[in-house]
Amino acid sequence: MRNRINTLNIDNDTALAQWSWRGLMAIAAVVLLMLYSSVFDSYEIGIVVLTAVSLALLGQNWSGFRRHVIAVTLLSFLSIWRYGQDLALGETDFFLNYILASQSAFMWMSALFVMATVAYFAGLFMRSDFTEKVASALTWSAATMGMIGLMVRWRESYLISHDVGHIPVSNLYEVFILFAVITALLYLFYERRYKTRSLGGFVLLVISAAVAFQLWYTFGKGAHEIQPLVPALQSYWMKIHVPANFVGYGAFAMAAMIGVAYLIKSSIEKIRPQNVLATGLPDLSVMDDLMYKSIALGFAFFTVATVLGALWAAEAWGGYWSWDPKETWALIVWLNYAAWLHMRMTKGWHGRPMAWWAVIGLFVTLFAFLGVNMFLSGLHSYGTL
Amino acid sequence: MPTLNGLPSMSDESRTSTPRHSFGQRIFHFLGSMDLAITLLLALAIASVIGTVLQQNQPYTDYLIKFGPFWFDVFESAGLYDVYSSLWFLAILTLLVISTSVCVIRHTPSMIKDMWNLRTHVQEKSLKAMHHSQEWDVTSSVDESVNKLATELSEQGFRVKQTEKENGILISSMRGGMNRLGYIFTHMAIIIICLGGLLDSNLPLKLAEWQGRIQIETRDLPTNQVPAISRLPVGSNAFRGSIHIPEGRSSEVAFLAMRDGYLVQELPFKLEVKDFRIEHYATGQPKSFETDLVLYDDELEHPLEVTISVNHPLIYKGYSIYQASFSDGGTGLSLEAWPLDSGAGHEPFTFETKVFENRQMHWGEESARLEVLSFRPFNINPDPTEDDPSNLRNFGPSFGFKLRSKTGEAREYLNYMLPVPRNGRDFYLSGVRSSPAEEFGYLYLPLDSDGELTDFNQFLKRLHDDELVDSIAHQMMLETLSPMEDKDDKLEQSLQESLSGLVEIFMAGGFTKVATFIDTTLPEAERDTLGAAYVSMLNEMLARIYFSGMEPTESNADTDQQLTFLQDAVDAIGSFSRYGSPVYFLLADFEHVEASGLQVTHSPGKSTVYLGCALLIIGVFLLFYLPQRRFWAIVKNKNNGANIVLAGMSNRNPREFDLFFDQISEQLKQVSGNSQQ
Ligand code: HEM
Repeated sequence: MRNRINTLNIDNDTALAQWSWRGLMAIAAVVLLMLYSSVFDSYEIGIVVLTAVSLALLGQNWSGFRRHVIAVTLLSFLSIWRYGQDLALGETDFFLNYILASQSAFMWMSALFVMATVAYFAGLFMRSDFTEKVASALTWSAATMGMIGLMVRWRESYLISHDVGHIPVSNLYEVFILFAVITALLYLFYERRYKTRSLGGFVLLVISAAVAFQLWYTFGKGAHEIQPLVPALQSYWMKIHVPANFVGYGAFAMAAMIGVAYLIKSSIEKIRPQNVLATGLPDLSVMDDLMYKSIALGFAFFTVATVLGALWAAEAWGGYWSWDPKETWALIVWLNYAAWLHMRMTKGWHGRPMAWWAVIGLFVTLFAFLGVNMFLSGLHSYGTL
Repeated sequence: MPTLNGLPSMSDESRTSTPRHSFGQRIFHFLGSMDLAITLLLALAIASVIGTVLQQNQPYTDYLIKFGPFWFDVFESAGLYDVYSSLWFLAILTLLVISTSVCVIRHTPSMIKDMWNLRTHVQEKSLKAMHHSQEWDVTSSVDESVNKLATELSEQGFRVKQTEKENGILISSMRGGMNRLGYIFTHMAIIIICLGGLLDSNLPLKLAEWQGRIQIETRDLPTNQVPAISRLPVGSNAFRGSIHIPEGRSSEVAFLAMRDGYLVQELPFKLEVKDFRIEHYATGQPKSFETDLVLYDDELEHPLEVTISVNHPLIYKGYSIYQASFSDGGTGLSLEAWPLDSGAGHEPFTFETKVFENRQMHWGEESARLEVLSFRPFNINPDPTEDDPSNLRNFGPSFGFKLRSKTGEAREYLNYMLPVPRNGRDFYLSGVRSSPAEEFGYLYLPLDSDGELTDFNQFLKRLHDDELVDSIAHQMMLETLSPMEDKDDKLEQSLQESLSGLVEIFMAGGFTKVATFIDTTLPEAERDTLGAAYVSMLNEMLARIYFSGMEPTESNADTDQQLTFLQDAVDAIGSFSRYGSPVYFLLADFEHVEASGLQVTHSPGKSTVYLGCALLIIGVFLLFYLPQRRFWAIVKNKNNGANIVLAGMSNRNPREFDLFFDQISEQLKQVSGNSQQ
């Protein structure tokens, strides 16, 4: 059977692998829908179907992602099963306490991300493929542990009490983990696609920074406690608005770090062409391309997220646009990248100026993400430090 | 390398923009130029920052305090207090819309053409010159090869067209033409969203105000006294207003906050709030805010009864009614005024009042205005009586008020209804501060064994009873001087006066004043010894006065209890001068009335904006993820077989196209028969 060649399928997996994966996702969706048909509303049915479709699409030619999804599913179920109805087991059960309670999973995630960062750089400087492969494996494990942690935390919130239960994307602590996991997955996607591992260290540097912040936030401020949702956040819009936003943030962060790598390589090339950073990093044109691709991806998801945010605001605050600081900063980020894209697409700019701009873009994004909560007050005051 | 972006009109632009254009054409070009577009995008981003750094639409007095009169005026004329509806900001936005429109107008025709046109006018020469190009020979005939290639290209999702050329057959094909639609959608969307937003903005109101048709009301008036020039009739205009409706009351208007005042917007229906509820989680954090609403409209057979909550508004006839906030709706309070001054000893004066009510209070010569500010049915606060602020507990109901003297000075108080235990004893707690910037300082009034203020009140009364104090001072003087051999009248009199005087000083200013008195009147040499003696004499006096009204008790335990009560009472009285109020208001009972804070909006532009958003999202995904890809093949006769020249191009993702081109050409080679190259 011949495959139609299209953009997502650069490396086609075997038809058997593709169809088993699609079949698995379909079965999972059907089973879920049958089991919970009595409690699901149309919105939830939609979410299940859409999730199955996106997982099927993402995984059909991406074996790493398939393994990730399966590992997350099995281990999350295992953890949930160990918990039963008793939240206290999280501290007494050896297995939960050391591996799969959400806090433990996040600790593993943090450690693995930091190790992966070191391994990527080691691989780059020693020109060692093997080390870089180890780094990829570490990144996959870290993303998997993070995702499991999120799933388990979701369940834990329901174990606290039914009315406290909610998806873990509701405060700064939870979205930091989401950020780390999503950025890692985005990077892994492009790593496989562009067949280059030498950028890993750079991208993982932002993730490690996020992890460091996260640890400070946990131990310094006790932010990891699961809090019930304030009324304004009790909305299904939150569940899609926040993840969409974080695909955007993650992609912008990745673009900026590739920008950093670009700037380093292009400077070093001129003075010391034999330096590992000059020879080990991908071609400038590849990085230029990757930077564009991730900004485009980020822009697309950021557009969706902002529109979802407007729809939600219309429902919660009475107006789709209020010039609230968080909204306004989202607009600023969006306009900035719109300008970037035009500069590149229609004026044909590329190279160092665009790399610098992508790096500056990260700071604008960072302000929208963190700075607004820290320095400005407004309706979005959920995740204050 | 030929440009892969392949937007013909963009390169046209640079070629055709010779200086020979008319002024109008030049303006048109300028407005549609990319440089202007990028400048505007960035200008808008930077302008938006201002409004997030400076809090918008605050009361003007706040700005005045913050910036001082000079900068206040400068900033006001720059429109910085409401940046997003200032003229210059709207001007940038308008320019952006115009620029985008010009851009859309200019590019749409070529885009549409590009969407369909399969470009059949290419030459073999140009195909061979393209970056992605291949050539091979096959054994099958021209027609057969053309058929196979065309079929395969169709199967790969291309639209295919064949044209006879002089030396062979040209196959032109294209996939992803909708990419161009993406351009049209995204850019149209910007225009549509801005226009929709304009419909919902308060620009018409500003215009009306500027023309003098309406006037912002800045006074605090009852709704029905607001003059017509500040009222907006029911109409199709967009607005975003708010109202606070107490439970059991209703409203037919909403208030639009405008700069330093407001406008009254009439509504085509009446809203009644039946009940407002807050539910709480086990931890005490609020879980939901809900209002039971009744909407009356003559066009309805029955009034509409709905419960709205945060995230679940009521939408009626294009008006949306949201749960936005809540406040006190005039809770009824029954207060007992316990005198703390020379009036002590009387039964407390009881009266009824309400939150937000003011009343003049008189005591003796003095008077002050009681302004009731707030009521809270419960307070989950850090325990102020303990050092550990994480120890939260419920302090029960409280109410806040101000006492304003004739000169206008006011102190703010916060009284808790229920006694608060501290070290095992119960106290009434009352906080006081002289400005909102300060923390509350607390007065602790000790309760007697019946849990009332009666003993305290009686003690106070005795302290104010000059005759009693004098007689106790006399008694004490006699006892003190009895061991001495030669008493003299002067000493006796002076000691007795000192004793009474000390009590008087204490009553006027607590131990602080006593200390000042000691420091200022006693010679330095004797201050230490005599000072200590004075304090212990005062304590002895206070104890005697306290016990003078008591039945003698048998058990030691009772006496201990009385002694701690005495100590607590003395501490409380000692802080009266700082407390500043001659009465303590005890909250005896209340009837809680809440007001639901509703936001009522009318946004006729909403569906336009949503349409724009949908177009924007579709457009962006089309632009980024549906690359437009073209393939051409020229098939010519060659040695009984055929020669094929294949070329391809894509308008984005050149790197992926490298691979795509290789895969497609591989596939085409396979189907067209063995390559003999
Ligand atoms: C808020 C305003 C605007 C937004 C959000 C916007 C958005 C976009 C986006 C997302 C792209 C795709 C970029 C890419 O493929 O990487 C694009 C392309 C483009 N934009 Fe805009 N744009 C705006 C204003 C304008 C204006 C004012 C002009 C006219 C000067 C313009 C002209 C173009 C052109 C010519 C393209 C290239 C289309 C192509 O080659 O596929 N845009 N725009």
